[in-house]
Amino acid sequence: MMRPEDIQTMIEQGLPGAEVRVAGDGHHFEAVVTAADFAGKGTLQRHQMVYRTLGGKMGNEIHALSLKTLAPGE
Amino acid sequence: MSIQEQIRDQLNGSSIVLYIKGTPQMPQCGFSAKAVQLLSACGAHFASYNILENPDLRQGLKEFSNWPTFPQLYIRGELVGGCDIMVELNQKGELKKLVDQAQS
Repeated sequence: MMRPEDIQTMIEQGLPGAEVRVAGDGHHFEAVVTAADFAGKGTLQRHQMVYRTLGGKMGNEIHALSLKTLAPGE
Repeated sequence: MSIQEQIRDQLNGSSIVLYIKGTPQMPQCGFSAKAVQLLSACGAHFASYNILENPDLRQGLKEFSNWPTFPQLYIRGELVGGCDIMVELNQKGELKKLVDQAQS
């Protein structure tokens, strides 16, 4: 079963320099991700960037990941 | 017809399309139920497709939209997002605007 730390590590590796906080019960997770790469991008793109760091896990081991995606200073 | 062509036909067939787990009357997942509720509250007339009945559609959509989860909302053929983004748009009153524009 996925642990919040596992997800945090994957996002941090996929988005170098991002600040990542993850909480969750093993199936449903919430993450707050602050990354300079988000600047100037819409919410949809930001979420896609985060999902890309999780590879095939999204929608499988991770049933749901509710995201808050911020650029520094937001 | 390939799954990608099927998806294109479905998206061209209605201005508002919602891919969910289950049906609007019988959603099989809380997030899909929430998406149906949000759209209905905005007075949207939408086509909905049950991805649980069609694994090829489910996989095809993930590749088509580069979005791994469901529900998936499309307005005028464009991915708007999943449940999270719909809630966010709704809070800002933007979901109703998108629906009204799509149905104008």
